[in-house]
Amino acid sequence: MTISIDPQKTNNESLQPKGWLRYFSFSLDHKVIGIQYLVCGFLFYLIGGTLASAIRIELASPISDFMPRDVYNQVLTLHGTIMIFLWIVPVVNGAFGNYLIPFYVGARDMAFPRLNAVAFWLIPPSGLMLVASYFVEGAAQAGWTAYPPLSITTPQSGQIIWILSVLLLGGSSIFGGINFIATIIKLRRPGLKLMQLPMYCWAMLGTSLLVVLSTPVLAGTLILLSFDIIANTGFFNPVLGGNVVVYQHLFWFYSHPAVYIMVLPAFGLVSEILPVHARKPLFGYTTMVFSIMGIVVLGLVVWAHHMFTSGTPPWMRLFFTIATAFIAVPTGIKFFNWVATLWGGKISINSAMLFSCGFIINFVFGGITGVALAQVPFDIHVHDTYFVVAHFHYIVYGGTVFIIFSSIYHWFPKVTGKMLNDKLGILHFIITFIGFNLCFAPQHWLGLNGMPRRVAEYDPQFQFVNQISSLGALLMAISTIPFLINVFLSVRNGKNAGDNPWNALTPEWLTSSPPPVENWEGEAPLVEEPYGYGKEISEQK
Amino acid sequence: MTTLDSSKEIQKNNSEVNETHEDFRMFGLITFLIADGMTFAGFFAAYLTYKAVNPLPDGAIYELELPIPTLNTILLLVSSATFHKAGKALLKDKNSDSQKWLFLTAFLGIIFLICQLFEYFHLPFGLTDNLFASTFYALTGFHGLHVTLGTLMILIIAWQSRINGGRLTSQNMFPLEAVELYWHFVDGIWVILFIILYLL
Repeated sequence: MTISIDPQKTNNESLQPKGWLRYFSFSLDHKVIGIQYLVCGFLFYLIGGTLASAIRIELASPISDFMPRDVYNQVLTLHGTIMIFLWIVPVVNGAFGNYLIPFYVGARDMAFPRLNAVAFWLIPPSGLMLVASYFVEGAAQAGWTAYPPLSITTPQSGQIIWILSVLLLGGSSIFGGINFIATIIKLRRPGLKLMQLPMYCWAMLGTSLLVVLSTPVLAGTLILLSFDIIANTGFFNPVLGGNVVVYQHLFWFYSHPAVYIMVLPAFGLVSEILPVHARKPLFGYTTMVFSIMGIVVLGLVVWAHHMFTSGTPPWMRLFFTIATAFIAVPTGIKFFNWVATLWGGKISINSAMLFSCGFIINFVFGGITGVALAQVPFDIHVHDTYFVVAHFHYIVYGGTVFIIFSSIYHWFPKVTGKMLNDKLGILHFIITFIGFNLCFAPQHWLGLNGMPRRVAEYDPQFQFVNQISSLGALLMAISTIPFLINVFLSVRNGKNAGDNPWNALTPEWLTSSPPPVENWEGEAPLVEEPYGYGKEISEQK
Repeated sequence: MTTLDSSKEIQKNNSEVNETHEDFRMFGLITFLIADGMTFAGFFAAYLTYKAVNPLPDGAIYELELPIPTLNTILLLVSSATFHKAGKALLKDKNSDSQKWLFLTAFLGIIFLICQLFEYFHLPFGLTDNLFASTFYALTGFHGLHVTLGTLMILIIAWQSRINGGRLTSQNMFPLEAVELYWHFVDGIWVILFIILYLL
């Protein structure tokens, strides 16, 4: 059966608000929805960043002087939840996915535009609800993992609002995932083969599979947890005969894949950015595709490496250690491929390229500590210390957030038709890179020496290193200033970008900047070689 | 004025590029049902783990009777067949036959829910009595919610398949096919749930 696109209907959609007002409407245009995700996510990033600064100010001294202990717990819970569920996941999937995937598959919109808009509009209310819970009776205090029995015994209202908010965000994520899978598999332009797709499509396909398979398990778990809190059942309450380890298994069955939900799209985006600015084809396309799918399969069977101190039986420790170590193989392949893409290329040193290279450096650090943490004897030593905090910030900030900024510098000309100022961009990169490493590298030392995470007070011998870390956090906070100035100045009177300022070959650059409502005047182009740099025009079909 | 002009221009562009594409709503629904199935998989995994590692405390009552759930299994399996009949009738343009089969399916769904509630009221344990009681109510309750939604959707498409002015015709089978797939899914989940909760 076929559906015909009714021109009358799409015409009605074009009568929706114009200009900036359309970003506040229930728009069905995938480009508008992408920008809605990005700006909404960035606002929550500023909130989450403010909370992070508050944490670092508190930790600049070993006593809890800046805020009381229970407020500290609320702040760290909100920081984690906002950064994961309202900044990284929506932006790296929703924002760039919605903007780029229809271009890459040669479509005029996503497969289910209405579902797409619903998925976005679930985010602002749940985010505001989460932030507002702080002002009701105090926000949730049990960390972003919400482990029972802690989450059952801390004040209830904040925890319930937290659960509701995460359930809504999970729903949004699942709707988005369904849309991406349908778009990539079903909505491809006729003649475009799967193995000709830009790498970001493969990354989003893998990510969406993980979203669809693992997020519902988290939803079910949180429903059971809310029963424990409201209805006094005992699923996870040992006093009533329940089992806390079951919660941990179910929680990490989602939350370990969630790490890949956060970094796989970044892997895809960096694979788009590096070839353009190095003027070379992406090295090892096929191995890239297979490593993404390898990471998806392995990512689903490694969750218990978060639980080596939870009374895990020896066979389980052995299995999950080995499975986790195996993930280093596909990830390593991807890193060698990126370095090989850069090797001998005609590299332009601009903001997008610098942030991508920063990503490679930071992520290799985070990856190495990740392999170390998978080893049971080492993990038991550093479990729940600052070593873990340093590790995952190297993955999600040094990895994904660097790529989000890199992507903003790369695609800003396409979205607005204006160039960002490269000097301010390089300044932004330098401050971010120094600030980030100054903030998180010392935390490895803190963790190895036994400073536990999630505490407002610590042994005074750690004060000096904590102050270095806080100084780094200050630099990271400052680094957003040149970025914001840059964006505001460039939107108002930036240099005109033209349609294809980077001379890139992927399909989104073959239309005008900013792109028209249905992406292309006339038929969508067939791009068989999205990375065919350095070849003569005649060699390309 | 500019708005009018640009909308005209877009209309012109649209009529030039008026395209058709394959219907992939079913594909989207299947993806959603996989996700929904994973929620149940999580519940089943939790229940089986509890069964393996958490002993029933002394004096706690957790006993299930078989007659009502067996009747419920038969009800749902028959309702799957009647739904299939409805689809066949609609394909042959026999709308009123189709509507009758749909109402019968919805009726079976309602009987299922009544039996389920009857069982709830006559069980010797409540929601918070012990771990297994809680898990039993959570699992069957979550499934019952699915049956309730399914029954409502069947009633809606039964209304839509009316002869005069109904939008459900042999040319527009999608609503019926979608609800049918969902209903078979809910039945399949019940069979697994019946085996795990009552028979194991």
